[in-house]
Amino acid sequence: MKEKTQVEHLNESLYDFRFDEDDADRFESGITPQIIREIAEEKGDPDWMRDFRLKSLEIYNKTPMVDWGPSIEGLDMSQIVTYIRPKTRMRTDWNEVPDDIKSTFERLGIPQAERESLAGVGAQYDSELVYHNVRREVAEQGVVYTDLESAMHDERWADIIRTHFMKLVPPTDHKFAALHGAVWSGGSFVYVPKGVHLDIPLQSYFRLNAKGAGQFEHTLIILEEGSYLHFIEGCSAPKYFVASLHAGCVELYVGKNATLRYSTVENWSKNMYNLNTKRAIVEEGGKVEWVSGSFGSHVSYLYPMSILHGRGARAEFTGITFAGEGQNLDTGAKIVHAAPDTSSYVNTRSISKSGGISTFRSAVQINENAHGSKCSVSCESLMLDSQSRSDTIPAMDIRTNRADVGHEAKIGRISDEAVFYLMARGLSEEDAKALIVRGFADNVSKELPLEYAVEMNNLIGIEMKGSIG
Amino acid sequence: MAHLLEIKDLHVSVEEKELLHGVSLDVKAGETHVLMGPNGAGKSTLGYSVMGSPRYAVTSGSIVFDGEDITALSADKRAKKGIFLSFQAPVEIPGITLSSFLRSALEQQTGQRIKLWDFKKRLRETMALLQMDESYAERELNVGFSGGEKKKAEILQLLMLRPKLAILDETDSGLDVDAVRTVSQGIHEFQKNPENSLLIITHNTRLLASLSVDKAHVLVGGRIAAQGGAELVDEINAAGFEKYLTVE
Repeated sequence: MKEKTQVEHLNESLYDFRFDEDDADRFESGITPQIIREIAEEKGDPDWMRDFRLKSLEIYNKTPMVDWGPSIEGLDMSQIVTYIRPKTRMRTDWNEVPDDIKSTFERLGIPQAERESLAGVGAQYDSELVYHNVRREVAEQGVVYTDLESAMHDERWADIIRTHFMKLVPPTDHKFAALHGAVWSGGSFVYVPKGVHLDIPLQSYFRLNAKGAGQFEHTLIILEEGSYLHFIEGCSAPKYFVASLHAGCVELYVGKNATLRYSTVENWSKNMYNLNTKRAIVEEGGKVEWVSGSFGSHVSYLYPMSILHGRGARAEFTGITFAGEGQNLDTGAKIVHAAPDTSSYVNTRSISKSGGISTFRSAVQINENAHGSKCSVSCESLMLDSQSRSDTIPAMDIRTNRADVGHEAKIGRISDEAVFYLMARGLSEEDAKALIVRGFADNVSKELPLEYAVEMNNLIGIEMKGSIG
Repeated sequence: MAHLLEIKDLHVSVEEKELLHGVSLDVKAGETHVLMGPNGAGKSTLGYSVMGSPRYAVTSGSIVFDGEDITALSADKRAKKGIFLSFQAPVEIPGITLSSFLRSALEQQTGQRIKLWDFKKRLRETMALLQMDESYAERELNVGFSGGEKKKAEILQLLMLRPKLAILDETDSGLDVDAVRTVSQGIHEFQKNPENSLLIITHNTRLLASLSVDKAHVLVGGRIAAQGGAELVDEINAAGFEKYLTVE
């Protein structure tokens, strides 16, 4: 990587830290145990959670910065305000949400979406949930959709949260998982009981609003045996001049014969460091389907992981990444086949333009006991000009010879002939290229619910604007 | 009648190699011209150059359309002025249906919204004329179409977009007898408007049997080797291009 020297430089200072770890006061404007205690108190954390946060902070301080992938040198941790209290408490009625916050959401189209066929909307403003509503019929089916803080204090859910929270993604996983464990705030808790099939998707909107604020929302979803849920996560944030950090965490527990579809359209502002961790564990006969569109952020590290834990468990990952000017998006998927007869299918498209860098990483592991498993990885990259970069880094770790594994990678440029064909019918060069890119992205957009597909098509249109030199 | 298309001493190169060495050709409004010639003579090059492909560099000479020099215009602007090129090998465009593509192309050209109902009606009628199954309208543009269906789809676009000048580049190649007949019907339909002009590029004359031709041009080695009326088509039909090749 061309920025390696900078990353190495960053590492040295971290190693200095490691030998000096008691001197936590160095995080003066950053994170101290005192700040963590304040967060815990403010939120009314149970003791175990407060201790968990403090332990995570210790791990954070001990863990070296990531030394692979795109440079995160521009991320100044001391500048990140980890916790910003919103002016309001939780609301369940839209009418009671203060006007300034409401107008921001209205610009994002959330109330309209809510009025339509949405099952529930949890909209995160800064770090706290200000608006939350689950439609009655969803609740009547026994489905819980609430924010994690409330659920933690509800005796019906306290235990289940304690036994699942950051068990799939432990704070020791990497530095930003540890940070997340220390400062997490807001996010969603979804519980779908045995046999319940939710026909309408649950949606959640995240949004960063305060200058320099990090966002550390936690999503915990538990599907019991034979249930079905489609969860949609959407993000957008306005542009700021101070580096911003998103280090969220998503943990998905998919029970026996249950199916979870998890869709994301992500459009963080172009100064955001998106260091998100998503992981699913799938039991016997269950299935997780990831649909992921990554458009925003300055730097992204995003590799949703599926652990196929029970016999016949399945994972599908469909993703698109669009890296424009100044963006370095490192995305992909990880699959662990940890049981027999499991199958996985990874299908991604990545687009880079105007000097953007798009890297696709896949890591597939097939354990010794996972005989009869199947895995297929297919990734296609499209570079819109000669300054842009696209890399594919597939890794396969196959520990049984009784598995069927396939990998296919294609890298291409936009066809001049196709552009000319469309221009000959009256489309401008910009529109012609946007149309071709949309076609390239079609495998993802057709997986999305209509309004998201429209949003994604619009995003491609916006990204393609001014791409003609 | 006024000249619709005037090609004046056109020199065209691709990657530094000159393919047309000074071609002049005039098409008046309402006329049907045929451009014949052996493979590699530069026929398609001429078609692409008139349409404005950036791959084909005009090194000297000019192209005037409807009284305006369009030599420097991009293809989309030429299309909006009323030039249409039916491609020899239409490109497959996944992600958009033939129907929505046609509607947005029409809206681009006219700059006006088109009522869905009116559009669908006209599309259905035109597809019926070309004996195209209606299901093609909702299929992705040219994706998985057979050679014949692709050519029919080109003629469908021609009839829907209503240009002033249509350049048909080997539209008849690779078609069976029935498909040639259907495509001819489509061309007849286009000719019904007395203002419409055609430049038909072909290396055989099958398609021309049922069409009225005003002028014919023989292109050999990047130069016009002969020009004449419809009788030139018959002559080529009988004797081929040999006579002109020996001249070369």
